[in-house]
Amino acid sequence: MSVAAMNPARRLPRWLARHETLLAGILVLALVGLGALNDRFLTPDNLLNQGRLMTEIGLIALPMTFIIITGGIDLSVGAIVGLCAIMLGYSWKTFGFPLPLAIVFALGVGALAGFMNGLVITRLKVPPLIMTIATLALYRGVAEGVSQAHSVRGYPEWFYFLGQGSVFGVPTQLLILVVLIVAAGVALDRTTFGRTLYAIGANETAARFSALPVDRTKLIIYTLSGLASGLAAFVLVSRVTTTRMDMGMGYELDVIAAVVLGGTSIFGGSGTIWGTVIGLVMIQLLKNGLALTGVKGDATIVVIGVALILSVLIASSMQRRRE
Amino acid sequence: MSATAFVAATSPRSGGLRRFASQEALLAVAVIGLAVVVGFINPRFLATRNLADILLGNAYIAVAAVGMSMVIISGNIDISVGALIGVLATLSGSMAVAGIPIALCWLTPLIFGVAVMAAQGAVVAYLRIPAIVVTLGMMSILKGGLISVTGGKWITDLPQNFHLADLNLFGAPMPVVIMVVATVLAALWMRYSAAGRAIYATGGNAEAARLCGVNPQRTVVMVFALHGLLAGLAALVYATQLRVIQSTTPPGLELTVITASVVGGVSILGGVGTVVGSTLAAILIAEITSALVFINVSPYWTDALRGALILATVIADIVRRRRRAARGWKR
Repeated sequence: MSVAAMNPARRLPRWLARHETLLAGILVLALVGLGALNDRFLTPDNLLNQGRLMTEIGLIALPMTFIIITGGIDLSVGAIVGLCAIMLGYSWKTFGFPLPLAIVFALGVGALAGFMNGLVITRLKVPPLIMTIATLALYRGVAEGVSQAHSVRGYPEWFYFLGQGSVFGVPTQLLILVVLIVAAGVALDRTTFGRTLYAIGANETAARFSALPVDRTKLIIYTLSGLASGLAAFVLVSRVTTTRMDMGMGYELDVIAAVVLGGTSIFGGSGTIWGTVIGLVMIQLLKNGLALTGVKGDATIVVIGVALILSVLIASSMQRRRE
Repeated sequence: MSATAFVAATSPRSGGLRRFASQEALLAVAVIGLAVVVGFINPRFLATRNLADILLGNAYIAVAAVGMSMVIISGNIDISVGALIGVLATLSGSMAVAGIPIALCWLTPLIFGVAVMAAQGAVVAYLRIPAIVVTLGMMSILKGGLISVTGGKWITDLPQNFHLADLNLFGAPMPVVIMVVATVLAALWMRYSAAGRAIYATGGNAEAARLCGVNPQRTVVMVFALHGLLAGLAALVYATQLRVIQSTTPPGLELTVITASVVGGVSILGGVGTVVGSTLAAILIAEITSALVFINVSPYWTDALRGALILATVIADIVRRRRRAARGWKR
């Protein structure tokens, strides 16, 4: 395990090839199967629309991959989405900020919320799981308190370009997601920052003794997670045209499921952005496919829950066999 | 400086008992102190009716927190408990409406609670999957399953004899009796029985526990099974209190239960805490929620306050532990 992560040139690709081939195979099967079941499924319109719908989860899944690779977790992302959505709407409507400033403000609140998580996790050594459960309650509570459960509506027309518009026929937010996927993939695979993440996840003590900036790196990824959640909130508000305090509820499940399904080990030390993207697409197609075959929305979260547990079970049993 | 004095008073040599007692004493003082202060601002807070409502309406949270405390002390976590309570309450209510004998309606949630939780415990213990992943998955399975099976329909026309929570035992209302009995039994069992001590040993250091002859895997399954029993009991109290059961999960219930455990002094790192503390904390949280209304603070701030409370306790616990460890190093 640690050898694979510390020696990426030789061991990791072989293992990845296996895992990703498997995932991609399942994905193709799922595509063909769902396409055969329903002729509305494999159309460019439907697929592009699914891309639009999965962007919010996808944006958060990128930094979540970083965090899980280091052996951490962030359960507060859904709450940060709610908080940022409220901050966007309220700073514009109630505090009278110009809308562009309100957007920047919301992104800043997201980054700050993530930074707070990172600060307490690195300085006070509170386990990430506990810290982010606590802030899940806190951030959602603040969103609830500030908004008093009122919603904000009536944004100007240009504001909807991000969430509803298209560039060359491709949904705007999907383009942003693609750019960020490439950036995250390069950062993880080709920079010292990315390699540091694997080192921390494989053996944090060893990483410290190797003079890697462990705390600073963790602080950065939790802040990125908050920032991405803020961006997701912006995209979400722009897409659905209103701001409510319960926005993003349950996102942590979808995000973590996408990352774990994509082959990132929940124990840290291994995983790729490429895998996360496949996991993300699989979850979205699963949702869409089930919806098209007449399964209601509530039943799909059952399927995601099962997928989450099964993918971790399979990954850990495969790992044990290797050992 | 008071912090230093506090650390001195709770140094390892003074034994665990005094340290736990201090957390519980602190909570007891807070419960009474808050009542006095809020009662001073608004005397209606102290009306018997209101105090009884606080206790009766939240007894099920304290019962669930007893189980949650065991799970956290064993070094795990469970975030599926809220969804499970929703499912079990709906199950029990639907059975009662369908005309199934009441005793069976009361017993079924207990059995199902044990089965679901023991299964999760087995996956955590034997397949070594982190509890957070298993229970997160289970939460969505239960939550989604409940809504898609019932369609969110309300259960009404519950038979009169279904309402266990309306009964009195020796003059005390049933929810309070169940809360007190569950807390006291669990506290004694965890303190004085070998199996109870094994929970602390497993949570404190699973490897050391194994070397001392404790089977950590079996202990974790046992803890989850007991937690399921208590969740079933909590669902029973909750369901039999209601005239109408909304077949959805009470939102954020798992967080309330976890908050009660953590604020009650159960260390999130495992190995430390008592259920007496978690029950007192459950009462304190309910009292705070009610007090907000009486001092004219919007109830929409309750969740933020709960979050701040859990955050403050967690940080205090970590800092206290680290100070103690630092003292240990010096010796």
